[in-house]
Amino acid sequence: MHIDMKQPILAKNDSLAAQLRARFAENHVFVLDILASPGSGKTSTILATIDALRDEFNIAVIEGDIASSVDAEKIKAQGIPAVQINTGGACHLESAMIKRAIDVLDLERLDLIIIENVGNLVCPTDFDLGENAKVMILSVPEGDDKPLKYPGVFQIAEAVILNKVDTMPVFNFNNEAFVESVTRLNPQAPIFPISATTGQGVEEWTNWLADQIRKA
Amino acid sequence: MHELGIMTGVVDSVKAAALEAGATRLLKVSLSVGEMTEAVDTALQFAFEALTDDDPFTKGAQLEVKMIRPCSRCLECGAEYEHDRFSMFCPECDGFVTELIAGREMQIDSIEVDLPEE
Repeated sequence: MHIDMKQPILAKNDSLAAQLRARFAENHVFVLDILASPGSGKTSTILATIDALRDEFNIAVIEGDIASSVDAEKIKAQGIPAVQINTGGACHLESAMIKRAIDVLDLERLDLIIIENVGNLVCPTDFDLGENAKVMILSVPEGDDKPLKYPGVFQIAEAVILNKVDTMPVFNFNNEAFVESVTRLNPQAPIFPISATTGQGVEEWTNWLADQIRKA
Repeated sequence: MHELGIMTGVVDSVKAAALEAGATRLLKVSLSVGEMTEAVDTALQFAFEALTDDDPFTKGAQLEVKMIRPCSRCLECGAEYEHDRFSMFCPECDGFVTELIAGREMQIDSIEVDLPEE
């Protein structure tokens, strides 16, 4: 016998994500999901972002890693609430993990939650976490060809950050080729060249983010 | 790598639907998967086999994955066009304000089951 199902495969994750999205909206919290490779400077970019926006917005961070609480400790050292999720091997965050993490956050007084997803350019793109925007970070040492190798993550991003631009002379990074392939994949996404550690370009990125938070 | 997690959800859902219909065996599962997702046919097949192999109810069931070509609508000139994973531009007017209308789906379409003989 043939049985029609017509059911989304990630129905469970998607419906929980929708519930989270409603809860975030109710509490006027903007949620940003950051996707990038290990070592691309996610945590440094988050720290630079916190630095620029903490006077205007109340911020908290959810750190997703396979193991350890190294990242959450770095955020907490700045006086910002941070929740560490250890996925125990899983390559991406799912909405059920976010639901547990926000139980320990005071949503009512927050304006911005930054989720640092597991370092991975593939799997996290398929999972809705109830966020307002996914943003991806590529760092210069990874190479200008990454949009051609990992198109999905560049496509799903609302904005693309190119980090470690201060190292461009050393790494023979073809910026023109990079911008062209990102633009073909995702013509509407702005690209922010930054160096999270020197502060170069960070203002343009955080101005854009602040606009998104105010608009939401 | 996340195909195993995805497929665990599929197998749970189809088993529940088959049992609810009073089936004695699961024969086939049909999925639609957009080419813009990160789910890969061969990895889905491997995960499906691994997850169905040790249960007599599901052992030997077939998995059919229909890959869906990406399709977008241009919000400037209204053209609808198929494209590959890499280029979203409108081929008619070169517009870049476009909306993806197909290619990101992941759906369980249907299943085939054995029912007990009357």
